[in-house]
Amino acid sequence: MKIQVLGTGCAKCKQLTANAEKAVQELGNGAIVEKVEDIREIMKFRVLSTPALVIDGQVKSIGRVLSPEAIKDLLRA
Amino acid sequence: MSSVAHSVRQTGSGSKVEARKPRFRARTLVQLVLGLALWLALYRVIEPFAGWLTHRVLGLSEQERLGAAIAFFLYEAPKVLLLLVLVVFGVGIVRTYFTPERTRALLAGRRESVGNVLAALLGVVTPFCSCSAVPLFLGFVEVGIPLGVTLSFLISAPMVNEVALVLLFGLFGWKVAALYLGTGLVIAIVAGWVLGRLKLERWVESWVYEPIAAGAAVEDERLDFAGRVGRGVASVREVVGKVWVYVLVGIAVGAGIHGYVPEGLMAGIMGKEAWWSVPLAVIIGVPMYSNAAGIVPVVQALLGKGAALGTVLAFMMSVIGLSLPEMIILRKVLKPPLIAAFVGIVATGILIVGWLFNALL
Repeated sequence: MKIQVLGTGCAKCKQLTANAEKAVQELGNGAIVEKVEDIREIMKFRVLSTPALVIDGQVKSIGRVLSPEAIKDLLRA
Repeated sequence: MSSVAHSVRQTGSGSKVEARKPRFRARTLVQLVLGLALWLALYRVIEPFAGWLTHRVLGLSEQERLGAAIAFFLYEAPKVLLLLVLVVFGVGIVRTYFTPERTRALLAGRRESVGNVLAALLGVVTPFCSCSAVPLFLGFVEVGIPLGVTLSFLISAPMVNEVALVLLFGLFGWKVAALYLGTGLVIAIVAGWVLGRLKLERWVESWVYEPIAAGAAVEDERLDFAGRVGRGVASVREVVGKVWVYVLVGIAVGAGIHGYVPEGLMAGIMGKEAWWSVPLAVIIGVPMYSNAAGIVPVVQALLGKGAALGTVLAFMMSVIGLSLPEMIILRKVLKPPLIAAFVGIVATGILIVGWLFNALL
């Protein structure tokens, strides 16, 4: 499983990355958390606001900092 | 292929969720009404409570400097915080209806003039953070929204700020709040239109126009009523949780000025007679970056001591509307001449508004 956090490095993006890492750690499912900071790479996901959360290539949330709990729910689904 | 997840509440086995939905809605409504009643009750008791605390408990009189300052703080701080909670909550709910994706769809294919007006209006209600300015800009370009229309949006989104609107309403009344909203929109519309007329597309980084190979656009998120209310609560937590310190510090500074700075001191420096005070306010304000919450209470105190409304409004707009961090972010897609034109035209708009108000009021 691969989680990608799309964002050009603002505070919210860092927070979302930290939350995703926490969620993965707590679930212990060994998912990889990757930050995507290049704007052209971000645009390939066709999001209009950041931070965005992508799980296995699917955009799951846009423009919001999800809590570790919410990310866990998405990972279990 | 990609799709946004439904709110957490909605995930789960289908039929069960369907059956529970009406109850969720009823419960959310009851909570909403109770919350509003509590808010109203609190709002009603602030004034008598602040008075009681200042005069009876602390034994201070409004005639004394300390008394005036403390009475001001004890009344204004809870009032402004309560107004902030209510409006941020309301705006949080409204914004679930105006996602950037939907705003883009509404703007795609519009003519320039109508597009500028619509873009400025949507800039007020669409959730926007300056860190998202670049993806938003690229997304707008991708569907062929004209440069000037995009810029109208990018001017209005930060400048017409809901926190500033609440503070202005709470501290000065609805007339000043309406003036701020109206003039902010006019600046965004006119500046965007002018920038569009100038045909500055060649000053946009060329890679912006290169097509991006990508999958289907992201679907719009579906939220139920409880989900929207949940977003309202979340935005209260996020926004109020972040700005309450600035509000309190701002009001404390305001209280200090209220109690200790003599009447009319500001009249000479920031009064109507001093025509140069408006450009000076803009020049000082543009590189400054503060959120609206911190600046308005200070501004109120200045106004109370004789500073002119136009000057103060111009100062506030240039602080929150034009900021260095946003320009640095936009530099990724815009070349320096276009950024200079952007700042120059918006600053000119603010200048005109400042002078206009000083002349009219």
